[in-house]
Order: sequence, then C-alpha cells, then structure tokens
Amino acid sequence: MYRYDEFDHKLVQERVQQFRHQVKRRLSGELTEDQFKPLRLMNGLYLQLHAYMLRVNVPYGAMTSRQMRKFAHVARTYDRGFGHFTTRQNIQYNWVKLEETPNLLAELAEVEVTGIQSSGNCVRNITSDHYAGRIKDELADPRVYCELLRQYTVLHPEFSFLPRKFKIAVTGSPKDRAAVALHDIGLRMHLNDSGKLGFEVLVGGGQGRTPVIAKTIREWLSPEHLMAYVEAILRVYNLNGRRDNIHKARIKIIVNQLGIDRYRELVDQEFDRIKGDVKGIPEAEIQRIKAYFAPPEYEELPDFTDKLSTLRLADKAFDLWMSSNVAEHKIRGYAIVNLTLKAPDRVPGDITATAMDAVADLADEYSLGEMRVNHRQNLVFVDVKQMDLHNLWQKLGPLELATPNLGQLTDMITCPGLDYCNLANARSIPVAQDINKHFVDVDRLIAIGDFTVNISGCMNACGHHHVGNVGILGVDKHGTEFFQLTLGGSSDEGASLGDRLGRALPQEEVPAAIEAIVDTYMDIREDDERFLDTYRRIGMVPFKEAVYGSADTKVVV
Amino acid sequence: MGLIKEGKLVNDPFKNVSDCETVPAKGPVIVSIDQWMVRRDDLLKRSDLIGIWLKSDEHPETIAGDLAYLSLVALEFPSFRDGRAYSYARLLRDKYVFSGEIRAVGDVLLDQLHFMARSGFDAFEVESEDPLDAYNIAAADYSVWYQQTGDGRLSAAELRGKGIRR
Repeated sequence: MYRYDEFDHKLVQERVQQFRHQVKRRLSGELTEDQFKPLRLMNGLYLQLHAYMLRVNVPYGAMTSRQMRKFAHVARTYDRGFGHFTTRQNIQYNWVKLEETPNLLAELAEVEVTGIQSSGNCVRNITSDHYAGRIKDELADPRVYCELLRQYTVLHPEFSFLPRKFKIAVTGSPKDRAAVALHDIGLRMHLNDSGKLGFEVLVGGGQGRTPVIAKTIREWLSPEHLMAYVEAILRVYNLNGRRDNIHKARIKIIVNQLGIDRYRELVDQEFDRIKGDVKGIPEAEIQRIKAYFAPPEYEELPDFTDKLSTLRLADKAFDLWMSSNVAEHKIRGYAIVNLTLKAPDRVPGDITATAMDAVADLADEYSLGEMRVNHRQNLVFVDVKQMDLHNLWQKLGPLELATPNLGQLTDMITCPGLDYCNLANARSIPVAQDINKHFVDVDRLIAIGDFTVNISGCMNACGHHHVGNVGILGVDKHGTEFFQLTLGGSSDEGASLGDRLGRALPQEEVPAAIEAIVDTYMDIREDDERFLDTYRRIGMVPFKEAVYGSADTKVVV
Repeated sequence: MGLIKEGKLVNDPFKNVSDCETVPAKGPVIVSIDQWMVRRDDLLKRSDLIGIWLKSDEHPETIAGDLAYLSLVALEFPSFRDGRAYSYARLLRDKYVFSGEIRAVGDVLLDQLHFMARSGFDAFEVESEDPLDAYNIAAADYSVWYQQTGDGRLSAAELRGKGIRR
C-alpha cells in the first residue's frame, strides 16, 4: 500500500493550512459564500440540508487499520458517532461544523487521507477494483496507475476548474468491478495483439440526469503514455466542454455533441503534440510506486478447503456466508472476505465509530492490517487465511458485518436521499428498509441469486439507479414522493442502462412491485440464468404486466 | 487594484484601450482581439509595445501567427470558476512558445494564484486593499507540486528522482 513520503505530507499540510486560512476569511466575512463555495468544495465540504457534510477520499478504496481508527475517531469527535461509505470509495460525515473542519482535516492528514477534490469541478478520487492485487483474473495491479493518477491530478494547476466534475476509474481485470464504463474516463487493462499490457481508454460515461455508457476512444494505450493521453483528454474537455449550463457540462455531453470520432481526433492531435515530453513521471518514480504495492509476505499455507467443508456442513449459517461473502484469493490458503454494511434495518453504507474500531482491530488480527471499500458500499478484507475464516465470521456476526447477502437483492446501493441531501426529491433509505422487510428469507434470496437494486433519491443518480438490475428513482409529484423503477441496468463489463418499467409508484407499493418482478423472473428463468440475462432475453413485457396488470402496460407517466 | 509582477507591486506601463477609444499616439497599449484585427497595421506602425486581451471564449490560436509582435497577452477570467484561461496559458507557453507577459485579468482570486503561476501566468491584476500583502500570503501557500507544467519548477517526482529531500 502506498505510504506518503515527506513531499506528500508537506503538500497535504500546506493544503490544510491554506484551508484554515480560507475558513477564517469566510467566518470573518472577508470571503463571500459565493467565493468560498468552490474553495470548500475542493476540500470536500458540502452544505447539506441540516449541516455541513465532509466527504473524505479513500484513494482507490484501499485503507489501513490505522486510517480506519482515525475515521472512527473523527466520527466520534466531529460527527455524531458514525460515517457513511459511498459508491465512490469515499467516507462521508454528515454533521460537521465549519469552524472545526480545519482541525478535522489536519487529523486526517496525519494518516494520509484528505478531502482534496472529493467535490468541485475537478478530477475526483480515482476509483478502482476493490479486489486489486489479490484476484487471480487480474493482468496487473491497477493501484499503481491509480496512485500515479492521484498524484498527477491532485491540485493540478490547469484542471482544477473544469466545466464540471470529472471521474476516473481503473480496472486491471477483464471482470469489471470498478464500473469503468460509467466514468468520465474509464481505463481497462488488456493485452494487445503482441501481448503487451496497456489500457483500453473509455471516455464520456456517466450517470446523473443524462446517463451514458462510455465510448472507446482508444483501443490500446501504452502505459508510459497514460498521463499524456489523460492530459490531452482533459485539455480538450477544459477548452470545449460547455460552461453555460451545469446540466450539460460533463464530458459525456461534449463527446456526444462532437461525436466520438471528432473528439478522438482533437485528443489525438493534442496527444501527438505532447506525448514526447509529457511528462514528469520518471521511470524511477513508477518503480518507486510499484514497490509500495508489492504483495505482502504471504505464508506457505496448505489449502484449507476440505476442513472448511466440514465446518460448512456443520453450520448452515457459516456455509451461507462462505458462499456469498467470501471470494477466492490468488494465493493458496488465503481468501478475500466481504464485510457487508447491509444488515436489515441498517442504512446501507453507514457504520458506527465503535464498529469502525472493531473492524480495524479485526483487520490487524486477520487481514494484515489492510482493507478496502467497494463501490457497492461494503468493506473488504483482502488477505484472510482460510484457516481463520470461521473465527472471523464468528466475530463479524455480532457487529452486523456478516450479513450473507453480497450481490443479492438486499445488498442495495442507496444514496443518503432526502434524509440528508438538499438535492433529493425523495427519501431512499426508508425504501431500502421496506424492501429488506419483504425479503427476509435467506434461502429465497440465494435462489434469486445475483440481483442488484440501486436506489437514488433524485435524478442526480448518486445511488446509481441507472445501472441497477432494478433501479429505483425517487421523484416528486406535487409534493408527494414517488418511485420510478427501471430494469436491466448493469455497471459490470458489458454495462447497460436500465429501461423504464412504467409509471412511478408510491413508496408503499415499491416492495410489492419488486416482489412481482422477482416472482416473474423466477417463473421464466432458464436454469441458473441471472435476472439480468433473463431480462435481456425476454424484455420488459412480462415484468410490466406483473407490476401494473395487463390492462395498464401502456400507461407511462 | 494593483498589478503584481515578479512578486512586486508595479506600475502598469500598459494602457487598456477599449474598442470605442482611440489609440493614443504613444505608449504601450492593450487592445481587444477585434481591435487588433481592425487596426493591426496602425498598431504595428507605432514603435510601442502591444498587448492583446483575450476573453475566455477567445482561443489564443487566433493570434498564434501574430505572437512575435506582441509583448503581452491578457487572459480574462470572467468568473474565477471558468478555468479555460489555464489551458490557454499553457498552450501559449508550450505550444506557441510565447515568452512575453501573460497577465491574469478579470475575476482573479488569489486562492488560485499557484494554479495560474504554474500554468504560465506571470502577472496578476489583483483586486485588494493591499494587493502585495494578499499576493504574498497566497504565494506562501504551497512549496510542493506533483505536476510538471513547464514553469521551471520541479515536481515532487523529479525531486525524488534527484534524491533531494525536503
């Protein structure tokens, strides 16, 4: 894992000092709110419905137990004792005080995390595969490039006032766990015809009110040209992106307006000009960063599967958890363990300070002190010995971190919604809780299998509803909260946007609608077909009939 | 309002000439790109320095061929949120190899001083009761940079490569 050296530390300290001064000027009235807003946003500080919210980056989702303990400390000292993990590998604090934020950020800087560019019209936290470096199907560890990109984009002099926010995601594996096609730039590692590792570069993806699947701008890019190519994309965007309308300012709009071929031409012209001398990442620096991500010293362990089988046979609950939450590690004798933040009745992604401390202790005991957060708001222990799985499971249970529902219907993504957010039209959290109440039968959930439900409280789509197998979007109709369902979305490789099912439903009808969709799917699926594949094969009609009745299928609001 | 150049508060030798004013007989002037197009020959006959004022939707490419005649390009920030001028400054320095003055004008927020300076600006019109003091405070904000942007300062990666420690 990357560790700051004195340069990194100095920069972050200077940033905190600068922000301390800005807050002072704001409190004294020297800065207007209008002037202060972009300055605070670039440090991750939002003004929400009831209080300031601070968003803190977990760079590419990787963190240490020391950092997790600091998150717990911050939650206790500056917030109301909890934090909320988001879909972009960040943690948010919902109740911070403006005058306390400089101290808060100074404390976070001690453990090498920041709120820098977690908001604002700049390049946001670089996100990646939460299994990076630990999974068999990976071509190379994406975290090396994430860290290079982090350093390249932090306080970039030219690209800190872009037309709109800018998100970059990297995957090193053909199985896309980082939703790269839904990013402004998506980087997908693959081998070219001569077997050399490089990146497929996607551009112009995004969600929000105009969801777009990213298009390939370059089939294969050599890694040494990564910064030059990203710089060319950003420069063309900075100069051509729309600044007249905030809703049309993302790169996806200009890519669609110019067409991908024209955008590619502009980028290639700029890339050809600068690739000879861009820039600044000497080979020694790449090697320095690579060294931080060298695999830990694993022990020579026997495969423990047989003994686990015995334990699984003896205990059904353990067996369920093993099937659902544990993934294969590339090293024999080790496993990857997902800690689901999705217990029924809990707010998806929320975690208390006490639980954070407990997680940090468990990470030290069972996962070499490291963990990850994924884009579905769950935590991951990446280096657990198979022989420790049963002990770990027993300890996670009482913390409500062993709900065996990873990737299942109740592993919902939920934005904070109208309970916190001043953009929201509707409350997303109660909808998730209602659905949970309807789907309590573990065996049924397992039978349903892979099934993502993503809930957003407004069309800004922070809950990724466009790419949920079932998406739920909160809308306001004459002051009442309604929910619009979509089917068939996916953020994985072969990403797709959901299609609208029909008229929006009142909150109390949403769980029954999900029931109807699930029942229909279970009736018509072939063998072990996933819901997504059934939908892609059959289409909307049976689901529409199931939810609205056959007479109602043509009604769309 | 004050003009800061090379870390000092300086008297501005240039006069901004708006489109409805006549160009004075003598002295350095800054004119709009429209005026430059219209009065190019007259302006070149004068022996004084010439600067051009570019609005945020006026790409320096338009004057790329004329840069040899120009001593100054003023890039306007209509709002501090409009970041196009950063890219214009970089293109002026790197692509068009312009070595004259690049002046930040308009809504120049000193919290962004480092971004401007590192993108190629070397003069700043500062709206403040004490422009030099405000400038000095902002200039002390940062001593470490991750990016190499051609302004001569070494990035953290380059310093690491040279074995230099802070």
